[in-house]
Amino acid sequence: MADVNRGDRPLSPHLTVYDQSYTGTLSILHRITGVALTLGSLLVVWWLLAASADDEYFALVDGILTSWFGLAILFVSTLAMAYHTLNGIRHLWWDMGYGYELQQVRRSGQAVLGGSVALTVLFWLFAV
Amino acid sequence: MSYRTDLARVVGLGSAREGVGHWWSQRVTSVALIPLTALALIPLAGAIGEPREVVLETYSGAFDAVVMMLFVAVTFRHLQQGLQVVIEDYVHGTVKRTAALLANTMLCAFFGLSGVFAVARIAFTGG
Repeated sequence: MADVNRGDRPLSPHLTVYDQSYTGTLSILHRITGVALTLGSLLVVWWLLAASADDEYFALVDGILTSWFGLAILFVSTLAMAYHTLNGIRHLWWDMGYGYELQQVRRSGQAVLGGSVALTVLFWLFAV
Repeated sequence: MSYRTDLARVVGLGSAREGVGHWWSQRVTSVALIPLTALALIPLAGAIGEPREVVLETYSGAFDAVVMMLFVAVTFRHLQQGLQVVIEDYVHGTVKRTAALLANTMLCAFFGLSGVFAVARIAFTGG
């Protein structure tokens, strides 16, 4: 891919000239949660590998995952996963051509935010 | 020499030369992950923090083992696709970008396959 701005030409105004909007924040949050979920995914793979290996190795990884720090990462990961999943469904809905009115975009954003918190709380109350 | 016209060669392929292939594949993995996440996370949440015997027991069953292997495989494929788009957006320069894309592909394949291997080892040998 060609590198942009050869010859140091002026760039058009970018992100910094706009006020950060509510919908824009939700949008970048989708990307942030997606990238952040890398950590939780690696931790689960590590834990599975340890469980498949032997008692000693499992004790080490289990100890890290169930420490307050490990549990904090797992909790934030479930919140990120709930958001990324629900907002992903919102994106699929858009991909099918629905829900583009400003009012609908704001409402679906609120539903995703509320739904993520609700799903996370229910999950930790009943599944964990 | 090719007898296809220039137009026929380029239609639908765009600047990335792969058309909507990447975009569509990302939607396919995202749709697959909706049921897989629900099916995989319930047993996973029940097993994390439990003694090793409980974890081995959980993934000795065919259904939970297959669901978990699929979940890990599709998750890391989706992760690779997502991180690829992020790299394409933020990493500039042909050398740096190509290096980052290669590293992303290889690391996601490595850790995804490691997860699948771990579940398979538990299912086949009991750990």
